[in-house]
Amino acid sequence: MANTRAGKRKTKRFYLLLTSMTILLLAVGLVLTALQDSISLFLDPSDLAESNLSDGQRVRLGGLVVEESFFKDEDGLTYRFDITDGNETVKVIYKGSLPDLFREGQGVVVEGEINNSGPFFATEVLAKHDENYMPKEVIESLKKRGVFQYSDGEEENI
Amino acid sequence: MIVESGHYALILACTLSLVQGIFPLYGALTGRGRLMRLSAPTAYGQFFFVSIAFGALMHAFIVSDFSVVNVAKNSHTLKPMLYKVSATWGNHEGSILLWALILALYGAAVAFFGRKLPKTLYVKVLSIQALIGLGFYLFLLLTSNPFERLYPFPMEGSGLNPLLQDPGLAFHPPLLYLGYVGLSVTFSFAVGALIEGRVDAAWARWVRPWTLLAWCFLTAGITLGSWWAYYELGWGGWWFWDPVENASFMPWLVATALLHSAIVVEKRDTLKAWTILLAIIAFSFSLLGTFIVRSGVLTSVHAFATDPERGVFILAFLFLVIGGSLLLFALRADKLQAGGLFAPISRESMLVINNLLLSVAAMVVMFGTLYPLLRDALTGDKITVGPPFFNLAFGFLMIPLLLVMGLGPSASWKRADLAGIVSRLGFVFATSLVAALAFFYMLGGGEIMAAVWLGLGLWLMAATFYEWADRVKLFKVNAMKRIRRQPRASVGMSFGHLGLAIAVLGMAGSSYWGTEQQKIMAYEDEINIGGYDVNFRDTNGIIGPNYTAVRGAFDIRKNGKIVATLEPEARLFSTPPMPTTEAAIYSTLMGDLFIVIGEANNKTYDQWAVRLYYKPLQTWLWGGVVVMVFGGFISLSDRRFRMGAAKKKIN
Repeated sequence: MANTRAGKRKTKRFYLLLTSMTILLLAVGLVLTALQDSISLFLDPSDLAESNLSDGQRVRLGGLVVEESFFKDEDGLTYRFDITDGNETVKVIYKGSLPDLFREGQGVVVEGEINNSGPFFATEVLAKHDENYMPKEVIESLKKRGVFQYSDGEEENI
Repeated sequence: MIVESGHYALILACTLSLVQGIFPLYGALTGRGRLMRLSAPTAYGQFFFVSIAFGALMHAFIVSDFSVVNVAKNSHTLKPMLYKVSATWGNHEGSILLWALILALYGAAVAFFGRKLPKTLYVKVLSIQALIGLGFYLFLLLTSNPFERLYPFPMEGSGLNPLLQDPGLAFHPPLLYLGYVGLSVTFSFAVGALIEGRVDAAWARWVRPWTLLAWCFLTAGITLGSWWAYYELGWGGWWFWDPVENASFMPWLVATALLHSAIVVEKRDTLKAWTILLAIIAFSFSLLGTFIVRSGVLTSVHAFATDPERGVFILAFLFLVIGGSLLLFALRADKLQAGGLFAPISRESMLVINNLLLSVAAMVVMFGTLYPLLRDALTGDKITVGPPFFNLAFGFLMIPLLLVMGLGPSASWKRADLAGIVSRLGFVFATSLVAALAFFYMLGGGEIMAAVWLGLGLWLMAATFYEWADRVKLFKVNAMKRIRRQPRASVGMSFGHLGLAIAVLGMAGSSYWGTEQQKIMAYEDEINIGGYDVNFRDTNGIIGPNYTAVRGAFDIRKNGKIVATLEPEARLFSTPPMPTTEAAIYSTLMGDLFIVIGEANNKTYDQWAVRLYYKPLQTWLWGGVVVMVFGGFISLSDRRFRMGAAKKKIN
């Protein structure tokens, strides 16, 4: 049978199927492995206070930078500020460069690891491209906590 | 008046697209020649009117007509002329109008260059193209009218986002759209062929140049965006796996697969249904990309202001186009008779592996991009999938791809001799392995993956060169004659693969051996990075057309001699009020020295926060892409692809 055209076609299909399956399985395996370490959950300060996540878990924390909470350490590169959602406030420490649009009173998302025993050490402060732009998650969180102020569109703050 | 004419022209273009989409198609299905003849004139007419509409909007931007909402929101009189022009497409409405313009341009181009196509296919392709256009015209007219007036109108506009005020970004959207929308032609050809129920080598030969053209633009467009992110955002990175970047990368991956599978259709008359499917998927990804960017369903640093009504429209359109074409595919795919057989070891099976890997890679990128949406819908958790996911999952798939890429061109069609390939390329492989290890050692080691990528880049480079040298018999008499006589398509292939090899080396260099320093620097402070001594001389205040800036001056010394003075700026724009950083970069073949100046650290303004990066081989990445695109255009000039070129008998 293997010498007939139909037989050859079957063999060909079999090879093709085998290769496709191998590659697909490889991909699924890769996706599952890779996913474990690269997902970060988005929390607001209230979620963070309620959560029972263990130390070291990567999360993104979002909210408003509290007015007059921002200051810089002696070394000029370490920043401290508070993030609030209206109910809870979290102290954040960040060493690195701040995005151009970082301002007190504005929405911000920081990424770092859960630290149940003290301040939140951010490894990254996410930059936004637009001075009116508010991270979507922050808007939703503020709405949920009932402190979202609707703007009339033109003002610089939300 | 001009603005209203533009609006009117847009409505005319919309009407023409309706005519073009329905009547000629009906004519082709029922064999009425008179209806079919409507195809070309309506395609030209549509392009004419949408050009008028686009010109009218651009005129409004050039003369700063703030009675138009779109201009008032996105422009300003003090803006340099280039950015007034580019503001035309730097906003939602304008960018969709640009989409429609390019779509009509491609439609007119197919109408002109495709005159030698079989009549019924020609008409069907143009009709499908027009129906896609219709969707975009309706979207513009119903949800995003760029010509809307404003009363009372402001005396001054609110300005364009200053980050977009940059030459790189001024041309990024047009190039990207030429790529995105170019895939619509391939899509129309695929759907046309499905309706005809016929795909053959000739079809593949007609489709390839369009795919290639779209691919070249898409490659250039994506890279221009990446280059912009590199020097403008000042993070020293060039790819962030951001949803919007992914949105342009997915169609690129599928288009690359399509480019290769169409070769198999042309040469071996097989893999037809798969190629059609790829053509549909590639354009679907283009639409999905537009949807992701425009609807704001995904949090992205690129997100523009969004509007749910638009999201729903695009979603419905997406559903109609993708669902409709896939349904047609399901109904008609069995009509496409498979032709030749192929052996497991042959050029065509290498191309199949290329296709499998590229499409799986596109799926992986899609999964990572859409997983947060899925998770949100299912569990309500807000998550993000970070770059490590993509680097690992996507990166690993690229390893076998690059390996096979080195082998493929050396394998012959139908049945290749594995032992022969291995014996010829084994030496090349061993050499690149040794070279990679040597470089790795010289660069002071590092992560093992760095060596792997270095090795893969060198392997691809060497294998591509070897295959070319073998093909032209470089060391035999009359080699020059043979080099000149190579068909353009294969010369293009060599350049394309070589370009990727160069780019891979650049990626490896800048990702694995890059160094970074953040310092508070006082005047006359010196820092050593990447073999350079950087001396902070002073700062100056600068007044630009619509911004003020602090400009730092840094003397760069190598072995005691000044090689360059870098002047990074921290700008503060006035409308809208927004700071940006302008990095200064000293590029050499060996690497980029990249300096960003931040804010003053003290009240006397003589200490500044400074970031310095050294990115080895960064220029190779950009240069590699230039070589790739160059290869694409060489291949495009192959006379085989000229419509109406003397037909060779197939098999």
